[in-house]
Amino acid sequence: MAETHSLQDMRQQAAIAAKVFIQRDYTNGTVCQFQTKFPSELETRIDKQQFEETVRMLNNLYAEAEKLGGSSYLEGCLACLTAYTIFLCMETHYEKVLKKIAKFIQEQNDKIYAPRGLLLTDPIERGLRVVEVTIFEDRSLGR
Amino acid sequence: METLGHKKKTTPRRKWQVFPGRNRFYCNGRVMMARQTGVFYLTLVLIMVTSGLFFAFDCPFLASNLTPAIPVIGGVLLFFVLGMLFRASFSDPGFLPRATPDEAADLERQIDAANGPSGPGYRPPPRTREVVINGQTVKLKYCFTCKIFRPPRASHCSLCDNCVERFDHHCPWVGNCVGKRNYRFFYLFILSLSFLTVFIFAFVITHVILRSNRTGFLSTLKDSPARYPFTGENVVVCFFSVWSIVGLSGFHTYLISSNQTTNEDIKGLWSNKRAKDNYNPYSYGNILTNCCAALCGPLPPSLIDRRGFIQSVTPQPVSHSNGSSMYASTQLHTHMCDQEHCIQNTKFVFQAAATPLLHSDPVMIGGGGPPFPGKSSLGVPCAASLAPSQPSLPSSMPGLGCAGDMLSLRDPDTHCHHHHFPSPEETPLPPGPMPLTLPCAAHRGHMNPAQLYDPASQDSLHEDSVRGLVKLSSV
Repeated sequence: MAETHSLQDMRQQAAIAAKVFIQRDYTNGTVCQFQTKFPSELETRIDKQQFEETVRMLNNLYAEAEKLGGSSYLEGCLACLTAYTIFLCMETHYEKVLKKIAKFIQEQNDKIYAPRGLLLTDPIERGLRVVEVTIFEDRSLGR
Repeated sequence: METLGHKKKTTPRRKWQVFPGRNRFYCNGRVMMARQTGVFYLTLVLIMVTSGLFFAFDCPFLASNLTPAIPVIGGVLLFFVLGMLFRASFSDPGFLPRATPDEAADLERQIDAANGPSGPGYRPPPRTREVVINGQTVKLKYCFTCKIFRPPRASHCSLCDNCVERFDHHCPWVGNCVGKRNYRFFYLFILSLSFLTVFIFAFVITHVILRSNRTGFLSTLKDSPARYPFTGENVVVCFFSVWSIVGLSGFHTYLISSNQTTNEDIKGLWSNKRAKDNYNPYSYGNILTNCCAALCGPLPPSLIDRRGFIQSVTPQPVSHSNGSSMYASTQLHTHMCDQEHCIQNTKFVFQAAATPLLHSDPVMIGGGGPPFPGKSSLGVPCAASLAPSQPSLPSSMPGLGCAGDMLSLRDPDTHCHHHHFPSPEETPLPPGPMPLTLPCAAHRGHMNPAQLYDPASQDSLHEDSVRGLVKLSSV
């Protein structure tokens, strides 16, 4: 797990220069979506396309979690009929997608953001309010 | 390198133990309810007593004379009612966790930038953001307690002291708020309860009628209190329940089919009376989709992670780079610490450490230095454990997390209030923009110790200790 190790090292030795918060985008209602607008603080660190692609993927994943469709209705009805005791043994669809999202963010951090001195925080740790991007100082790079 | 070893021995605490707001947690965080639960117990008692009497006194007759399916159906209905009641009462209705200090600071900056500079004494305009949802303009309000802009349809419940997503109402009968995550349980509870009360009402009446067919109406009534006590009580309770609960179920059925919350309906937010082209932007258009979405849609997870462990403060090596302790401590306190607390903790540290050196008598924390009116026993949720006081301060400190290890010192009154978080209005903040830009670990050097105490003390011994503290503060 060399990559995680390097992330941890970086965390312990790097200084945090700033934090940028990507806020929620409510134009489609209460569905969980984040703004794809590229923050100016990241201009020197990462490519705009790359960042917007990450946020777009994240939005798609959340949309999948909250999608109303045949499978979610089926799950809901089944749960209701069993007086919701079925969730003692089974994970909800939303929880499954949240795990997928956590993996996706970990991947993105390892491959794209850590080498550039950035760190994405999973929005679920911030109550689905913001995507927190931590910017580390440049002196920790070049190892 | 010394560490205050007491810290390592304490069991890690769970996040529910430091959750801000007026909630109660049971079963090690699995169950959460509002503070006032008296009416919930009343609900429970009413349901159990009425059903119990029905099963004890009416069912034997009905089972033998009509069909044994009656007690079975009654039992299933009762089981469902109680299941839904417990689910609605004990689960997280959709609380929004409060903003971390960094987020709050960032928002403040944005708001100040938007409002422009204002002189002292000028009251800034209320903080709102406008957003267009499906063609309707919706105002998002800023919550001063939670330090966030509330998502649409969220509201702050004053009884629970938390913002709730898709806030419907606070139900005392259920002993909890009704919000996004438990609205369907609440609805199914009142729906099944209406079926149960109608069921019991109908069969109690049937019982009386059947009996009076045999023995005459008047003699049945005379016999009733003696042989079948509480039949009258059952009838009365069920009669009133039927009207109120069936009425409530009908109202909520209307709300679900139009995808509104009680809160929105009461305020008439989307009614035509406000404006001609006013419509509900959240409605899916047809009744069936609205109902399916509310009742069978995906169940969102709890955002507050009440059973998660607070990551304990692992003593960091004394590094002279700013990053480690700050990052670590900022990480720790996603759910824990308001930054005012951290600032105050650090101040307490300096005062507690400094004042016994400069004065010989033990001093209450908060006594000297910047005044903290009436807050000597401030809720210190960050101090996970209070170690017994150390007689002498080591001159090089381990990285001081906001957990306030040093806070132990001499103050017997400083103890943990788990659920007490003074609101920002109550807490006296240090003046200027400083506190707003400070992350949790206040030892960035902004906290000039000279502001807190006079390091120019006479003794060399004092100087050493003070130097140690100064070094700590500049790390």
